[in-house]
Amino acid sequence: MRTPIAYYLLLSGILFALGTIGVLTRKNALLIFMSVELQLNAVNLTLVAFARLHNDLTGQVLAFFSMVVAAAEVVVGLGIIVAIYRRRRTVDVDDARELRW
Amino acid sequence: MPLDNVIFWVFAPIAVASAIGMLTMKNAVHAALFLIVNFFCIAVFYLLLDAPFLFAVQIVVYAGAIMVLFLFVIMLLGVDQGVDLKERLVGQRSLAILLGLAFIAEIFLALRAGIGFATKAPEGFEVLNEGGNTQAVAKVLFRDYFFPFEVTSILLLVAAIAAMVLAARKAPAVTQAELDARADGQPADGEVDS
Repeated sequence: MRTPIAYYLLLSGILFALGTIGVLTRKNALLIFMSVELQLNAVNLTLVAFARLHNDLTGQVLAFFSMVVAAAEVVVGLGIIVAIYRRRRTVDVDDARELRW
Repeated sequence: MPLDNVIFWVFAPIAVASAIGMLTMKNAVHAALFLIVNFFCIAVFYLLLDAPFLFAVQIVVYAGAIMVLFLFVIMLLGVDQGVDLKERLVGQRSLAILLGLAFIAEIFLALRAGIGFATKAPEGFEVLNEGGNTQAVAKVLFRDYFFPFEVTSILLLVAAIAAMVLAARKAPAVTQAELDARADGQPADGEVDS
């Protein structure tokens, strides 16, 4: 175990930033959703890295919970996207803006 | 150069490159495949960080279940939709990239001021993982976090019901008399001509 923990944290920071860029720039709701998954994974990597740094398994358990919640979130989010597609025949987020003030 | 260092420096560029590939692909299927590559790389990092249980869960749950669900929905909605690259907000893309770079710089500075780039992982994790990482995680999960674990089951149940409610097509309303008529073998209106 010779790789410094900070490298893992920096890598997960880079992945999180890339996910943020994806959420902010993509227009397809599915691709925005995939970028959110990338962000969730980056945070999970941070949790596991800190678990290793502090010699504490709680971080791994928290990452496990985060995966379970992510699975539930994917199910509901994809259900919403399918419902939007049925109604308007597109998943472009710029077209679904009735709720915008 | 120790082996885990080599593995890290092999897989870290792949992880970043596949994330960038996911962001730049126009086709949603290609983006999903790049995301699967990224998930596998993160699974390898879990293995390097002494979390083999999460390594298996990452591959089974993320690269398996969640990405299959994504690909299924992409196929269901059609992949041939044109991508509208026009920016509705002026400078949205460049501002987003600037924000991402600022975030990376912030993480870099915070790490340098915080734990530093030389801090190696401490010894003694093998003691925690004695008897297997899965058993050790199970001990923490079922002793210290048993109530959150139970609450998770309710969350999953609610999510399953919500997905059914969201995705279900409303069936046309049928009265009991119509059902009885169907059961009696009487032809419906459309079938009289044939």
